[in-house]
Amino acid sequence: MKSYTASKKTPYFFIAPAILLLILFSIFPIFVALVISFTDIDLAGLADWTTISFVGIENYKEVVKDPIFLKSIFNTLFYVVFGVPLVIICSLGIALLINFGKSRIFKAFRVVFYMPSITNVVAVAVVWTYLYNPNLGLFNYILNLLHLPSVPWLQDPVMAKVSLIALALWRAIGVNMIIFLAALQGIPKTYYEAAQLDGANGWKQLTKITLPLLRYAIFFVSITTMIGWLQFFEEPFVITNGGPLDSTTSVALFIYRNGFQLSNFGYAAAGSFILFIAIIIITMVQFKFQNKNTDY
Amino acid sequence: MKTNIMERPTKPLHKPEANPERKSKAQQWLVGIILAIGGLLVAIPFIWMILSAFKTESEVVQIPPTLFPNEFTMENFQNLFKNMNFSVYLKNTIVIVLWSFVGLFLNAMAGYAFAKFEFRGREKLFYLVLATMMIPGQVTMIPVYLILNEMNLTNTMAGIVLPSLVGAFGIFLFRQFMSTIPDELLEAARLDGASELRVFVQIVLPMSKPIIAVQGILTFIAGWNSFLWPLIIANDESLYTLSVGLSLLKGQYGGNFALQMAGSTFMVVPIILIFILFQKHIIDGYTISGMK
Repeated sequence: MKSYTASKKTPYFFIAPAILLLILFSIFPIFVALVISFTDIDLAGLADWTTISFVGIENYKEVVKDPIFLKSIFNTLFYVVFGVPLVIICSLGIALLINFGKSRIFKAFRVVFYMPSITNVVAVAVVWTYLYNPNLGLFNYILNLLHLPSVPWLQDPVMAKVSLIALALWRAIGVNMIIFLAALQGIPKTYYEAAQLDGANGWKQLTKITLPLLRYAIFFVSITTMIGWLQFFEEPFVITNGGPLDSTTSVALFIYRNGFQLSNFGYAAAGSFILFIAIIIITMVQFKFQNKNTDY
Repeated sequence: MKTNIMERPTKPLHKPEANPERKSKAQQWLVGIILAIGGLLVAIPFIWMILSAFKTESEVVQIPPTLFPNEFTMENFQNLFKNMNFSVYLKNTIVIVLWSFVGLFLNAMAGYAFAKFEFRGREKLFYLVLATMMIPGQVTMIPVYLILNEMNLTNTMAGIVLPSLVGAFGIFLFRQFMSTIPDELLEAARLDGASELRVFVQIVLPMSKPIIAVQGILTFIAGWNSFLWPLIIANDESLYTLSVGLSLLKGQYGGNFALQMAGSTFMVVPIILIFILFQKHIIDGYTISGMK
């Protein structure tokens, strides 16, 4: 009997540390964020709570009029619209090529393409800033060797966004390629054998067997990649710090800057809730879109 | 010409046998070459980083640039420790990595309970855990800072470590793996009088080696790379991690690319070595964890 009562408490003992930490640092903060987004809390309010006052939806009203916030939304959409398809096409393409290879050497390519995704973002940013350097950088040197004009990689507002996408793409390929490879290896070989007997060529096999069967993996990757781009932060933060002229500021960077550099905690919290709601809506739309297409 | 035409009817008989094989071999080579070129492009930043780290400061700004260092120097690496506090940053980073292994243990404990015990609220609590995966970092960033501030933990190591100590994804993966451990084994140990903690440490953990290997490596990489939270919480340079120190270096020595490349190499090469050593575990880990 005693051991029975003991084992009733045991599972709670095992989950308690993890659950408490998750509640304190993940669940509870959501409510805190919601509350402070309706207040004018700043650095003074941090020290003395009596100076904080309730301002209703003032923060939200102000933030949607903030020209920098609007610009950051535009930039983030730019990242999503170009970044998501690029990540999917490149990682799927590389996964297909690696999967096509029969020799053992092809396994080594997995390591090469995966490597950028595990390396430190600051180190990577430092290296790419050097590569992108207009005078001393390797990229412009190679362009000049080919008698092409230098490109203002990080100096031109549009080009800077493209340069950041290139860097983030380089880092994003690895993980997604592995997900696609795992999915590709799950497709039974017999499907292809049957198709070959029916005389289907490689292209037909790709479009009629492989891609339809990868639909779930493609859906998973597109959702996670989209959420990732919506939260795009570290690359613009370290490389351009949002510049030139806020042309690379993402919504996440806008939130960080208002929260930690300007100490407008309430204002930043309002911005973060708008981002949160946007992520939820976009994800739900994607799920709905996916459900419509699941007839085969 | 004439003989050619005459021979034609016989050729198709050979074709289906010899040609597809040669064609597929050519295709294999083509794909291999495409991947090799792609792989080289992907590796260029790393190659350039490592080569530049051993060049002198004047050689790095030289035009046209040299591929291999003319004068092989370790001076940049020495400068990291002499002029910058890289030894302090390295120590802090290692402390964070060690703490994150404590977090790994807590994740394993929670995953074990969710996998192997029946208790009230199990389903609900597990959904709660999964729900935390969907909360974007930007939303919790400011409130977590305020909470830590209330707990007087800003500018402390505890404040840097605690918020990311446990993670829903880790708990989820441990639960998935540990639910395959047979109940009979645990029961037998309990009948032999082993305490619950002992069952966990001496039976469950050794049986979960594959998932611990994957999680351990990923935990190490995440701890080694931790950047944003140390940046927010640490005001004192004595608490900076390698990545925070490196971003400081980028600001202070913006023009000294050789030094910057040395700092980056110092951060990246250990991770690359660990990754190459254990890559089989990591890459296969995605298949273990059923991410198909």
